[in-house]
Amino acid sequence: MIARVFITPKKGVLDPQGRAISSSLHALGFDEVEDLLMGKYLEIRLAPSGHGDPAARVRAMCERLLANGVIEDFRFEISEEASGHDA
Amino acid sequence: MRWGVVTFPGSNDDLGTLHVLREVLGHEATPLWHKSDDLGGVDCVVLPGGFSYGDYLRCGAIARFSKVMSAVAEFAAQGGMVLGICNGFQVLCEAGLLPGALVRNRSLSFVCREVNLRVESVANPFVNMALVGDVWRIPVKHGEGCYVAEETTLDQMERDGQILLRYCRADGSRARDAADGGDYNCNGSLRDVAGVMNAARNVFGMMPHPEHGADASLRDVNWPNAGVPDGLRIFQSIAGWVTDRGQRSAVDSMR
Repeated sequence: MIARVFITPKKGVLDPQGRAISSSLHALGFDEVEDLLMGKYLEIRLAPSGHGDPAARVRAMCERLLANGVIEDFRFEISEEASGHDA
Repeated sequence: MRWGVVTFPGSNDDLGTLHVLREVLGHEATPLWHKSDDLGGVDCVVLPGGFSYGDYLRCGAIARFSKVMSAVAEFAAQGGMVLGICNGFQVLCEAGLLPGALVRNRSLSFVCREVNLRVESVANPFVNMALVGDVWRIPVKHGEGCYVAEETTLDQMERDGQILLRYCRADGSRARDAADGGDYNCNGSLRDVAGVMNAARNVFGMMPHPEHGADASLRDVNWPNAGVPDGLRIFQSIAGWVTDRGQRSAVDSMR
């Protein structure tokens, strides 16, 4: 089982990296870029376990360690398929 | 006065801090290892600067789960004094011992220079050898020192005197608005915040490095402030507070 976790800066929190990247894209002529958020992507391989609902476990991982609720939002997907690295 | 200075994997200002506490102040200072949960009965724990756990995930995010941090959290809950410098400040925010968080500098550049700091409050254990409005010069060196917190949190901290130091110009002034120029704010911190204290007033974190501005023999010859180096005043403030507190409780116990 694979959990894919996306962590992004919270709305309203300064994202100087996102801003710098979006102005670089503008400099390259990609004028259509309106806004860009720079975040993190984590891929977690989960063993089948007796820990209960995997979604609840992944949510707990995000809340306790992976994301900082003061500055970041997170969302995740859980799927049965293998990770991209195995392909 | 007994100090403890924590070493995490990747800490690099632990020895500099021990030097100032022992050689400049002449106090007793013990190194504390991240795998130990024994703080050795110290009066104040210092979390030093550096790059604990390589700044992986977020600065301070991994260090806050180290064994020593459980002991530090318990120590703080019992009123023990905790000082976090730079990475130590980041660890304290990640641990929830201080409000807010520290993110990438607005300039995206690592800053390494001396900054001016306006003393905002002096009725506290950490910044009391000064007058409100004094301007201190202390070095910074960080890439992720931009302080952010919810507006309501910032309002509340301002109201309760928890913001102890702010970045400012050499004359102590700050920008009135965005057009007024904010170059003195080296990292883009909201409301120019450089150092904050918790509501219980026993935990303090600051991005500038008082230990780098504490040894007069290493002082820049052009340093504008004569007398006690400004960084040293942080450590002296804490020591003075702890000693007074000890004397007060000794007097109370004789009554």
